[in-house]
Amino acid sequence: MEKEISIINAIVFDPLNNIEGEKLDVHIRNGKIVESVGRKARKINASGKTMMPGGVDIHSHIAGSKVNTGRLLRPEDHRKDVEIKTKHTHSGVGYSIPSTRTTGYRYAKMGYTTVFEPATPPLKTRHTHEELDSTPIIDKGCFPLLGNNWFIMEYLRDGRLDECAAFVAWMLKATKGYAIKIVDPGGVEVWGWGKFIKRLDDPIPNFDVTPREIVRGLCKVNKMLNLPHIIHVHTNNLGSPGNYQTTIETMDAVRDLADGKRPIIHITHVQFTGFSGSSWVNLGSGAPEIADYVNDHNHVSVDLGQVIFGDTTTMTADGPFQYFLHQLSGNKWVNLDVEAETGSGIVPFQYKRTNYVNAIQWGIGLELALLVKDPWRVFMTTDHPNGGPFTSYPKVIAWLMSKKAREKMISRINRTARRRLDLPNIDREYTLGEIATITRAAPAKSLTLMNKGHLGLGADADIAIYDLDPSKVDLENKPSTIRKAFKETLYTIKNGKIVSKQGQIAGNSYGNTFYTESQVSKNLEADLMKDIQSRFKDYYTIEFENYPISDGFLRNPAKINCKADV
Amino acid sequence: MSQEVISNVICTVCGCSCDHLQVTIDNDKIVKVKNACAMSSGKMLGYRNERTTQPMMKKGTTLKPTTYERAIDVTAKTIIKSSSPLFYGWSLTSNEAIAIGVDLAEETGGFFDNTTSTCHGPTILGVHEIGESSCTLGEIRHRADLVIYWGSNPVHAHPLHMSRYTVMSKGRFRKSRSDRKLIVVDVRKTDTAKLADVFIQLEPNNDYELMVALRAAVRGDEIEQETVAGVSIDKIEELAEMLINCEFGALFFGLGLTMSAGKSKNIEAALSLVTELNSKTKFVIMPMRGHFNVNGANNVTTWLTGYPYAVDFTQGFPRYNPGETSAVDLLARGECDSALIVASDPISNFPYQAAKHLTSIPLITIDPHITPTTMCSNIILPSAHVGIETTGSTYRMDGVVLETRKLVDPPKGVKTDVEILSALLKRVKSLTR
Repeated sequence: MEKEISIINAIVFDPLNNIEGEKLDVHIRNGKIVESVGRKARKINASGKTMMPGGVDIHSHIAGSKVNTGRLLRPEDHRKDVEIKTKHTHSGVGYSIPSTRTTGYRYAKMGYTTVFEPATPPLKTRHTHEELDSTPIIDKGCFPLLGNNWFIMEYLRDGRLDECAAFVAWMLKATKGYAIKIVDPGGVEVWGWGKFIKRLDDPIPNFDVTPREIVRGLCKVNKMLNLPHIIHVHTNNLGSPGNYQTTIETMDAVRDLADGKRPIIHITHVQFTGFSGSSWVNLGSGAPEIADYVNDHNHVSVDLGQVIFGDTTTMTADGPFQYFLHQLSGNKWVNLDVEAETGSGIVPFQYKRTNYVNAIQWGIGLELALLVKDPWRVFMTTDHPNGGPFTSYPKVIAWLMSKKAREKMISRINRTARRRLDLPNIDREYTLGEIATITRAAPAKSLTLMNKGHLGLGADADIAIYDLDPSKVDLENKPSTIRKAFKETLYTIKNGKIVSKQGQIAGNSYGNTFYTESQVSKNLEADLMKDIQSRFKDYYTIEFENYPISDGFLRNPAKINCKADV
Repeated sequence: MSQEVISNVICTVCGCSCDHLQVTIDNDKIVKVKNACAMSSGKMLGYRNERTTQPMMKKGTTLKPTTYERAIDVTAKTIIKSSSPLFYGWSLTSNEAIAIGVDLAEETGGFFDNTTSTCHGPTILGVHEIGESSCTLGEIRHRADLVIYWGSNPVHAHPLHMSRYTVMSKGRFRKSRSDRKLIVVDVRKTDTAKLADVFIQLEPNNDYELMVALRAAVRGDEIEQETVAGVSIDKIEELAEMLINCEFGALFFGLGLTMSAGKSKNIEAALSLVTELNSKTKFVIMPMRGHFNVNGANNVTTWLTGYPYAVDFTQGFPRYNPGETSAVDLLARGECDSALIVASDPISNFPYQAAKHLTSIPLITIDPHITPTTMCSNIILPSAHVGIETTGSTYRMDGVVLETRKLVDPPKGVKTDVEILSALLKRVKSLTR
């Protein structure tokens, strides 16, 4: 395969380099974007085609214990959506929980080249990596769940912040994880007893620490370790009417820790924690209030968790929420608690246009995207598969870019929801540049993936070329053109190689798995090891020596080194 | 050569995946094992007995020595020629080997099945319908104050289960045996039942009735019979009270529930009972998986195909219909025209009809040991023991993955499952593409 490619006359959207719709040539050599290439380079004529950096999905459940249990739970999900084996590709199944190969192919076809699994139970992260290793084409990484970890809660209770930081560094290293994920802080531990907590200042029984202290503590730890991403938080109280207040309180809980340079807390799938009202009957959108807060405070970023009408499989580490959803829906339910660390739950779910609550949820996601002014702090996700499968992204892009597309859907949703949402009054339409920001540039920046999300010299040659000429199409009036273009690239290029051409996958290459190592001082590390080892047997049912994932375990590991302040 | 002691060795016998074994090696042989149960010691000290060490191929009616290369070549050609080859076994090998096996079945358009279809297959069918409330074993060790074993006899089948993970273990919130209640439900007074606080002896094949009655009692429904499954209503109601009033309950079940009359319906009833109990307290359920990596076989197959076992690739995409696409059913109907068996002994375990068909088609076996299946095979490919002679990752019964180690070399010249299967897949591709 060619080592050099020239893409000629593309209409480029590269927000990190302030390029918005300029006609440019881009050259590739050995997987990187370079100034120029030789004459023999393969030429791709991209006249009248839109070119962006490869998509970066910051939050998509594609691998690990709960994803696979979701697959096992739902043969009915797979039967309606199969992929047949070809000469170059493996067979597989969709729909909402695609098999690993199908996941990689479908992302690549849409022009996505980097995807992060945002919730891995540390004890089961070997499993997560086995699946990530089995997912072709895309680069990936995973966020270990640390918001209900016994060691961490105890260090924070005892005010031992340095040890807590060293422990997190060890955890990331041991699990080959990328960032700190917090899900329902403290609440999953309480669910270990089948009980619930709702408020940020509710003490966690047996641990004498509050969700607020966990979020603040890990936010400080994140800074002490100089990690590439920020704390990635799924708040308490998810899925309950009125929870937009918990979201704002959680964001506000770390406001004083901000240094003004960049956000310090990411609130994920904020749609699910953007409910106003006090019951399902008077449920409303808390998006305007959340957006106001985000607009006024630059220490926060969010992603959408957009709802797509139709059938999907919900799965989160928020075990108590999933039980609640099981009781609410009557659908089958899986619960998987993990010793000393976390939990998870799975419930199949159908979002219905005509259902009042579901229609409000659909509106909340879009309102958030449209009301948050800074596209660098709001990322497009469906919290795959919770809001809907990632293959629905073209629909979301069309809704964001076209008021006409929104109006069409609004006319079909539940009448009461239609009346109560602000969405019909919002005129904003995203530009292609803003779409490029919320789908690749901004998430790459938030993850500090320096060579991703842009097309500058030295960047990874991860590129999506879409069959879309913005100078010829009146996009806001042609949502079907938007959907069609973003569904399947003309070319997806990964590491300088064409991996997908008009929806045809070229073969089975495998991307990198990013993980973080933050080096703390030798003394602190030695003290920590002593402390962990003295208690490890009391907490876990496996031996300390068998816990860390060995270095040779990952197919293509890509380590990001950081220097800790402690 | 001096002795070497290796600690924290992961056992590769049952689904407990105990990882605290201490193994002494002398002159590349395991000579001593500490912390292991009888089953584990038996394997660790006996792995060198009754081995296959030489690739063999049938000429006429007798097996003759051959090379791996030749045997793999003939195997590849045999599989390619078949219209529906069967790939079966997989529960005693590593995830890495299983993944190659799935690709092999996909490449050749065959059927891929693991031993689940003859043990906890009904459990998985039950989970498809109901879901499951479960956890890792440590949650039970720390929190459970009530443990039930139903149709399961861990004293013999999972000897360290109770001491490492349940009633006899020391957890954060439960310190000893006296902090927990043990209930055993079985058709006979097993050695596990002898340790129980409450033993319920039910009539054989009446598990479903008892489970449903227990669920009714948990819901507070009146039961009009005097006995169900030979158990008095008073006793059932008393049991229901215990379940409701515990803080954290765990129900483990074995093949006594899975394979007695009712099968998947028994499991649906058990899963429903446990789901129901979560509206009153915390309750979890877990099958007592037998082979050390049967759970891995389910997991790997699921992430690659969407389905945990009995996968049919004959149409170019994964299809799943246990009862139709599972090994025993395929063989009993005489459908498969060749079979590759990996790390399993179906000739010993399958029903007569199915085993008979296996002996009538080209049968290729990859296994470390001489078994009735290798003895009936046309080709034998000796392999190394995962977790003793080679590395490989495996799933504990609760889904915790461990990386097993290589402790000693395999017998001279013997290859690993991964090496053999990779070479076979490569050969198949080179012949067909």
